[in-house]
Amino acid sequence: MSTAVKVEIRFFASVREQLGCAEQTVELPPEISTVGQVRDWLIARGGVWATALSHDKPLRMAYQHVMCDGSELLLRVNPEQEIAFFPPVTGG
Amino acid sequence: MKIRIQSDDFDVSTELAELNHAQVGALVSFVGTVRSDHGVTQMELEHYPGMTEKSLTEIARQARLRWEISDVVIIHRVGVLQAGAQIVLVATASRHRGTAFAACEFIMDYLKTDAPFWKKEHGPHGAHWVDARSTDLSALDKWR
Repeated sequence: MSTAVKVEIRFFASVREQLGCAEQTVELPPEISTVGQVRDWLIARGGVWATALSHDKPLRMAYQHVMCDGSELLLRVNPEQEIAFFPPVTGG
Repeated sequence: MKIRIQSDDFDVSTELAELNHAQVGALVSFVGTVRSDHGVTQMELEHYPGMTEKSLTEIARQARLRWEISDVVIIHRVGVLQAGAQIVLVATASRHRGTAFAACEFIMDYLKTDAPFWKKEHGPHGAHWVDARSTDLSALDKWR
């Protein structure tokens, strides 16, 4: 029997404002196993989630504090890990 | 190597003095400041605690693998900053200027595209998040 994977999800800058949410602890259903799938699972909530996390947006993701570029989206999400969503960075 | 995220201002001379010693022949520094385009009065800087430090450490590590630099300082401010205020300092120390210049530019270029900071401008037309610039991404081409 598989137990639900609990992860920490964080949102920054315009994404945080749009969602009105900075962080959330969620239990992933068993069919959601990769970093990329978490985004689609959140989009499926509809409403503001679908808009803010839409694939039409140049959204960036980080898994365990490492920027996700392509292959990292296929990484398996482990319990108690952290996933973040944010717009392209603009520091400096 | 010094990497700091702070709301307080920094003093460039103090930071450069700390990098300097008898074996150093070149100190290069870059300071980014809040530009008051279109009447911008304030800039709000947000970051991702934990990831920011990790990302800057990795950028500095990459620079040290490429060039023989004896030391690096990266200081980035967060919070609300007024127009004209200092935002970021990147300073490199090396035996010769070429490596110090290159390493400093390399660190700034990657900080712009990889370090999780976001700017929100406040001005006469309200507040809005600054969009990322494609020229920042293409600036990385010279390092590939």
